[in-house]
Amino acid sequence: MTLGSVDLHPWFLENAWLIPLIPAVSFVAILAFGKRLGAKAAWIGIGSVGAVWLLALGNVFQWIQRVNGFRATESEHGAPEGHLEAVSAFGRSVMRPFSEASHHEVAFVEPITRSMSWWSNGGMSLDVGIRIDGLAVMMLFVVTTISLLVHYYSTEYMKDDRRFTHYYAALSLFTASMLVLVVADNTVQLLVGWELVGLCSFLLIGHWWEDKPNSSAALKAFLTTRTGDIGLLCGVAMTYFVVERATGTGSFNIGAVNEAAMSLGHEGLAKSLLFWCAAGLLLGIIGKSGQFPLHTWLPDAMAGPTPVSALIHAATMVVAGVYLGARMFPVFFQGFDIAGGGVNLMAAVGGITVIIGAGLAFVQRDIKKVLAYSTISQLGYMVMALGVGAWSAAIFHLFTHAFFKANLFLGAGSVSHSGAHHSFDMVDDMGGLRKYMPKTFATFMIGTAALSGFPLLAGFFSKDEILATAGHNGFEFFMYLGFIGGGMTAAYMTRCVWLTFFGEYRGRKHAAHGHDEHSHDDNGHTEPHESTFPILMPLYVLSFMSVFAGILFAPMLKDTIGSSIFSKFPEWVEPGGDGSLFVSFIHPEFSWKDPLLATLFAAVGFGLSYLFFWKKAFMQDATQKNKALRQGKTFLENKYYLDHLYTDIIVGSVKGPIARGAYWVNQNIIDAVLRLTGGGVRKVGQFTYDVLDQKAVDGVPNGLAAITGAAGGSTRNVQTGRLQEYALLILSGTVVLGGMVAALVWAS
Amino acid sequence: MLASTVVVERARDFPLLTFLIVLPFVGAIATMLTPKHRPEWAKAVAFLVSATTLGMSLWMLAAFDKATHGYQFDVSHNWIGNLGVRFSLGIDGISLFMVVLTAVLFPIGLLASVNEPKFKEFATWMLMLQASVVGVFAALDLVVFFIFFELVLVPMYFLIAGWGHGNRAYAATKFFLYTMAGSAFLFVGILTVAYLYTKSGHALTFDVGNITEWISTDGAISTRTARLLFLAFAVSFAVKVPLFPLHTWLPDAHTEAPTAGSVVLAGVLLKMGTYGFLRFAIPMFPAAAHYFAPVLLTLSVVGIVYGAIVATMQPDLKRLIAYSSVAHLGFVVMGTFALTTPAILGGLFTMLSHGLTTGALFLLVGMLYDRRHTRLIADFGGLWKSIPVLSALFLVATFASIGLPGFSGFVGEFMSLLGTYVTRPWWAVVATSGVILAAVYLLWAFQRSFTGEPTGENVGLRDISLRELVCVGPLLGLSLFLGFYPQPVLDRMKVTVEDFMGHLENSTGYIEPESPNPEPVDVHNDSPNEEAASH
Repeated sequence: MTLGSVDLHPWFLENAWLIPLIPAVSFVAILAFGKRLGAKAAWIGIGSVGAVWLLALGNVFQWIQRVNGFRATESEHGAPEGHLEAVSAFGRSVMRPFSEASHHEVAFVEPITRSMSWWSNGGMSLDVGIRIDGLAVMMLFVVTTISLLVHYYSTEYMKDDRRFTHYYAALSLFTASMLVLVVADNTVQLLVGWELVGLCSFLLIGHWWEDKPNSSAALKAFLTTRTGDIGLLCGVAMTYFVVERATGTGSFNIGAVNEAAMSLGHEGLAKSLLFWCAAGLLLGIIGKSGQFPLHTWLPDAMAGPTPVSALIHAATMVVAGVYLGARMFPVFFQGFDIAGGGVNLMAAVGGITVIIGAGLAFVQRDIKKVLAYSTISQLGYMVMALGVGAWSAAIFHLFTHAFFKANLFLGAGSVSHSGAHHSFDMVDDMGGLRKYMPKTFATFMIGTAALSGFPLLAGFFSKDEILATAGHNGFEFFMYLGFIGGGMTAAYMTRCVWLTFFGEYRGRKHAAHGHDEHSHDDNGHTEPHESTFPILMPLYVLSFMSVFAGILFAPMLKDTIGSSIFSKFPEWVEPGGDGSLFVSFIHPEFSWKDPLLATLFAAVGFGLSYLFFWKKAFMQDATQKNKALRQGKTFLENKYYLDHLYTDIIVGSVKGPIARGAYWVNQNIIDAVLRLTGGGVRKVGQFTYDVLDQKAVDGVPNGLAAITGAAGGSTRNVQTGRLQEYALLILSGTVVLGGMVAALVWAS
Repeated sequence: MLASTVVVERARDFPLLTFLIVLPFVGAIATMLTPKHRPEWAKAVAFLVSATTLGMSLWMLAAFDKATHGYQFDVSHNWIGNLGVRFSLGIDGISLFMVVLTAVLFPIGLLASVNEPKFKEFATWMLMLQASVVGVFAALDLVVFFIFFELVLVPMYFLIAGWGHGNRAYAATKFFLYTMAGSAFLFVGILTVAYLYTKSGHALTFDVGNITEWISTDGAISTRTARLLFLAFAVSFAVKVPLFPLHTWLPDAHTEAPTAGSVVLAGVLLKMGTYGFLRFAIPMFPAAAHYFAPVLLTLSVVGIVYGAIVATMQPDLKRLIAYSSVAHLGFVVMGTFALTTPAILGGLFTMLSHGLTTGALFLLVGMLYDRRHTRLIADFGGLWKSIPVLSALFLVATFASIGLPGFSGFVGEFMSLLGTYVTRPWWAVVATSGVILAAVYLLWAFQRSFTGEPTGENVGLRDISLRELVCVGPLLGLSLFLGFYPQPVLDRMKVTVEDFMGHLENSTGYIEPESPNPEPVDVHNDSPNEEAASH
């Protein structure tokens, strides 16, 4: 290929394999030297992630160069210039593969791929490698940025923790595993990273395993996501056969799978294979990305240290599912026939999750649980976006959400660390904190505004793009679902902010210990106060991103101001092409209807919540008076009874009656049949014993017993009388054997 | 280059396999003959012998040529001339790692048992057991195989009965009788095959190669006879594996056996069953194996799920791990009877991997027992705080056993599943749930035993000693190494497994779906997916 302006061997992109490797080395180093270094061990982690962050930045710049080079070359070769206008062309039909509107194409930007064989057998080869494209580069940037900030934040937040070095070792391992997942060029490597981040999540949720709720939460998280992994394992296996069906030779390579999925079409057996493959992968996404009905682990996962919640359970690991959905999008696109419109499994799962997550966020007392349910709801948006074909919007929301949700989580950590004696209970231990911690308050408000879709902030643009594309692609139902979800988001965040920062301080100002999850005591922390720099700095950075990250994909600003900066995100991240390698996307033309509607819904949500909590304007004791409302609240407080269903009914029955029943069958039927057979044979043996020469027989067991005595010494418990019977058994068995041989010979 | 050639050449000339069998036998006798008042002599002899066998097996591993078809290091001596029994030994990719695993696990088992009472007798039985097990994996003559297969029972019986726990007499006897009963079928099968062979005009022989070749000629034996004979072999091996529902001897034997007994029982003795399928039952009766494959697949998949479910409710940590063996070995049998190259390789790899991980788990439970004199999960709690290193190793072993990527278990199970998916997708899907269930019972047990605050007798225990670390470290290290870099092992298995599949295809006309084929193979031909497609 001759590409004049394209650097064919960009160093950062080609060496992206270093990115997961460095934190992996850091993990080993912290394990090996952490104890000796003490608190300094953190700097091994920070140093390695810092280096990785620089590499990720290098990737970002070189990728942008590459995109520009490819697209410039393409226009030299006669493709239409000003493709951005072309991208804005309208029409759902163009979403189909092999679209007739191929003259609207934007050049496909070749990803950088490198791989080597990991292991191969019987014609199946499993590789390790990197696949660096816009999506991966975006994710590298997000993961390393948040990870770096969390590493730094933790030096203060986790100071004097009883397992400080373990904590940093696990953070490094997590970062490495997550990056293995991100750069993966094949589905098996993706699966490997996926399982390893699950392991780290398990270790970090259960970091304070002295308390049973923490280890239970860790176990629940691991097992619930693993339930989804049943589907993922099957789905990954099927990706191999997807390629095999299309080309004759199977492969796990992500590029090959996507190309195969695009070429297979959706008729007959191919459609069914793709459907099951997509369904399997979707189950994995449901588990990992906290989608209904396997979302129940995520709120419990808040038992882990707060920086972990920000990194793993808000910004990175939980979006691994969304990332998988975006990575393998052609499989879903074809398997679920997303271009066909209507309702599909993926959009439905996401849509339900948006609403149920937001609903549950209303009744939480724990600030982290509000944020956890909010994360579930926002992940629902992303999955729904994929389900309605809003690919770019989904990953853009992933991008912005990572910043503002990490901001909120770290803000909650700051509040708890310095303002609430390590409690997260908004009702009992917070209130009025804006006076004590103005900086945390300011950053938290920015995060809240961004999440609630305050105009011109990051969440506003990303959510808006999802809903606009949903409407444009013919998924009006999901678009309205999204608007309603947006209103609910504004409302529950208003409640959260009110309980935390406004009103009077309700905590014990002189408490020696809160409901602490920490080892270090808070001597001198008698008054709520502002946090120190290591905690505030990440908040500032994330607040900045919460405000400005949205402009990279802002059709509204592009429409009014017109600069190309407002559409850079899709330009850099979308693969482009003619629809044979990946789905090619068409963005809806900007319409004022969407942002106005979204703002309206959010404003109504905010307004109702404001009136209810601040002004006590209406229905203050509605749940006391109205039975239906009370029941509704109970229903929410019990988390739709899903935990009861899983823990008490499903798991309980497997651990309890089903396991006991199986064991009963084991002991009383399977084993008994054999005991009875044995008994029967023994009776035959007794008979043989009576008619055979006893003395000759006696010699055998006696001899055996003599050896036993000589060699074992302690085998006197073995009754020699029983041994006699067994020897007899053997003897009588010989007769039976002879008969069997005869029978077999006769049968031939 | 030159040095390695010399290693290989010397190994070819040297009767390595004979030595690997004879040396432990001689060592057993030598250990027995050491004077009673010099217990250190017994230790010296036993460790010297088992270390030597380890060294020799590693030599063999280094000299093994991965490209060679057929058996290597083969020897054949006339033994019982007028019965046609020859003392023939040889190894190939199927048996190589079983022999090496045996040589690795026995020294570790001995090292873990130095504090057993009557160590001299203990070591004598262990060395006898080692010799017999190597004999099983190396024998190429049906009679020699059968003799070793039976000989294994004797030392194992005495190890359980002599050094076991509470209910050892019952467990030992059950183990002995159960597998003896299974062996009866094997014995019948061997005699019948040999008889039919002579009846067709050949001189009497028990050589596996000759008999297999004869059976695969057209019309040697009828389809019905082949099926009956396959069943006779299969029942015997299924008991040994153990395959559901013939597994009930295993938890008892494991629970009551001393630590080293459990390690070698899980590590290599169970594999005698799966090895028997691969070496004898399937190659000798390929058509019958193909015919009965759905039955065996179903039983193995039931075993995977059933073993896991029953394991969740076990109050005894050792019994729990015993049931996990039922589930893991289910993967091996499933992979074997999926009859595809990746699945069989996966099964073989799982055999090796399970020996390492379950061996490590049994060692660790043994260490807990040494400290707390109980194996009941309810008696433990908060151990992570009192014995952090041992607990961390237990967690590592747990994840290795679960089959987390990065450990050998993942490679084996993933390949078994994938290879099974080619021919039997729905069995593979059900088996996948076993992967998740393994996490349920093991991590739940871990939570109850190791997390929380330690109370009562769980406080102030001694953490792992250097000797214990030397026992368990290599197993976990190997599992980790093979999880990252399985290729060397797979390379040495590959040629044999491909020949195995080639033999199957030649003699049955059964085409392995995964074989290179210009036409895309329709893997879903016989799956219910068609119904879904019609919607």
